[in-house]
Amino acid sequence: MAHRRLHPLVMVLLVALAALFGRALPTWTLSLATIAASNALIALGIVILARTGNVSFGQGLFYAAGGYGVALIANASGLTDAVAQMIIGAVCGGLLGLVIGPLIARYSGIFFGMLTLALSMVFYGALVKSTALGGSDGFNVGRPSLFGMAFIDPREADFMLYAVSVVTTGLAGIAATILFRSELGLASLAVRENNLRVEYLGISSNRVITFNFVIAATFAGASGAFALMAQRHIDPQFAYWTTSGEFVFVAVLAGYQSVAAVFVASLALELVRSFSNLYLPNTWQLVLGVFLLGVILFLPRGIGSLWIRQRHKRIEPAAVAAQKEAAQ
Amino acid sequence: MTSVLSVRGLEKRFGAVVAADAVSLELVAGQKVSLIGANGAGKTTFVNMVTGYLKPDRGSIALDGVDIASRSPRHVARLGISRSFQIPQLFVELTAAENLSVAVCGARGQALSFHAPAEAHGRRAKVLELLERFGLTDLADRPISELAGGVRKLVDIAMALARRPKLLLLDEPTSGVSAEEKFATMDRVIHAVAPDAATLVFVEHDMEIVSRYADRVLAFYQGRILADGDPRTVLKDPEVRRYVTGRAQ
Repeated sequence: MAHRRLHPLVMVLLVALAALFGRALPTWTLSLATIAASNALIALGIVILARTGNVSFGQGLFYAAGGYGVALIANASGLTDAVAQMIIGAVCGGLLGLVIGPLIARYSGIFFGMLTLALSMVFYGALVKSTALGGSDGFNVGRPSLFGMAFIDPREADFMLYAVSVVTTGLAGIAATILFRSELGLASLAVRENNLRVEYLGISSNRVITFNFVIAATFAGASGAFALMAQRHIDPQFAYWTTSGEFVFVAVLAGYQSVAAVFVASLALELVRSFSNLYLPNTWQLVLGVFLLGVILFLPRGIGSLWIRQRHKRIEPAAVAAQKEAAQ
Repeated sequence: MTSVLSVRGLEKRFGAVVAADAVSLELVAGQKVSLIGANGAGKTTFVNMVTGYLKPDRGSIALDGVDIASRSPRHVARLGISRSFQIPQLFVELTAAENLSVAVCGARGQALSFHAPAEAHGRRAKVLELLERFGLTDLADRPISELAGGVRKLVDIAMALARRPKLLLLDEPTSGVSAEEKFATMDRVIHAVAPDAATLVFVEHDMEIVSRYADRVLAFYQGRILADGDPRTVLKDPEVRRYVTGRAQ
């Protein structure tokens, strides 16, 4: 059962190195990496939820809740601190998740997915009709600061946002890794396979799903805050189904077995999107589609299976021997 | 003798089919009870009602004096009744040890931790102890999908035993096990269950298994208990021979 695992402290060091690496990156890649990190954060939530066997097609709901919550508070109070805005976004998403999670945990499979999609579209409709929130045009917010420091130089501002988003997403990744290895993480995989058996073992599968749902909503809220800080503008598109679909896209690319895969998938998607948009401006969606098809065909369990599969390969010969033994 | 399970006037219908008809019984602590009967006689329905999966139309079920007739499988499990299944209900992508880890985590009776490792020392020791009891130590790290049917049965029963239940219900523990292996499998189950001194109820079609391992037999027919007593008496009962075992008089 023992296989090599990174210690959380090593992970923290890697996160710090990734943040500092931003100093060496060209300016144009900083915003791309910020978006990739922000998308990875919300996709990580979808992966956490997917480990219970449920996929949310409506994470845009919590993404928008985080974004709008931060934007409204920032405009009303003048709060511009990036870390505070990220925390407010996470709290907004998490609180909404706490309300919706226990209700939706009773459903599974396609019903679960459709309900999340429906809720996000109801929210989208309400935002479009709400003139106080700018209707379909949305509204703007000010430039973010950090611990009282304002960033006038665009490169420094981009680096600050990159560093905060990479550190936040990295820490969320470490938390997710600890969660995956925990009792609750193991129970999540059990719920995914056979929720009735889980109940017969005295464990509430609804509670397991709700917990994962709230975590996913919290990550989505924080991600919404980052998107707001990057764009300095928010509109109902945050809650639209195509926005949610993009995050599911990243989660499918990553698979549900590895946290690192979520970051790789999010970065790969942003790179494919940016370069195909640059060189094939009229057919970039086609390139994205072919990319996803390729991953599904050759890596049906996602990019993470490239390194997680090694573990199963190692135990395969022993398993074959056991089966032969049983057959004799 | 202390009564562990007390069932009174249990009734359950599925449309015109009577699956339980005025079933009443008392199970005494430490007994090994076998439920026999043809397919559709009501054995599994009885097990499903006792474990909370089905709600009876009428009647009461009490475990140590606590009414459990309207409780969910999760609450029933927490009160001390565990079960295994005719077709093992396992988490096939997880290893045997991970399956047992889930069961051991559930047995703690506390909220699951979101940070404590599932393989923490105490839990791992308990998992290994269970695996050892069932002779499965060498298979601990094999995914269930790669294990033979007989081994899966044992893992299923080991998971049910993780809670140290007061009452353990096994639905056909030897079905799907070869004729040569059935006694060895049952010996292993009886040996593994013994340290916890749980009351054991097993649904069985094999009369050799019943006569060798049960100290009480309940014969079901059309949702009713046709006969109740020690194996020698029940298996010789003319009605049981006619309706249940199908042996000529």
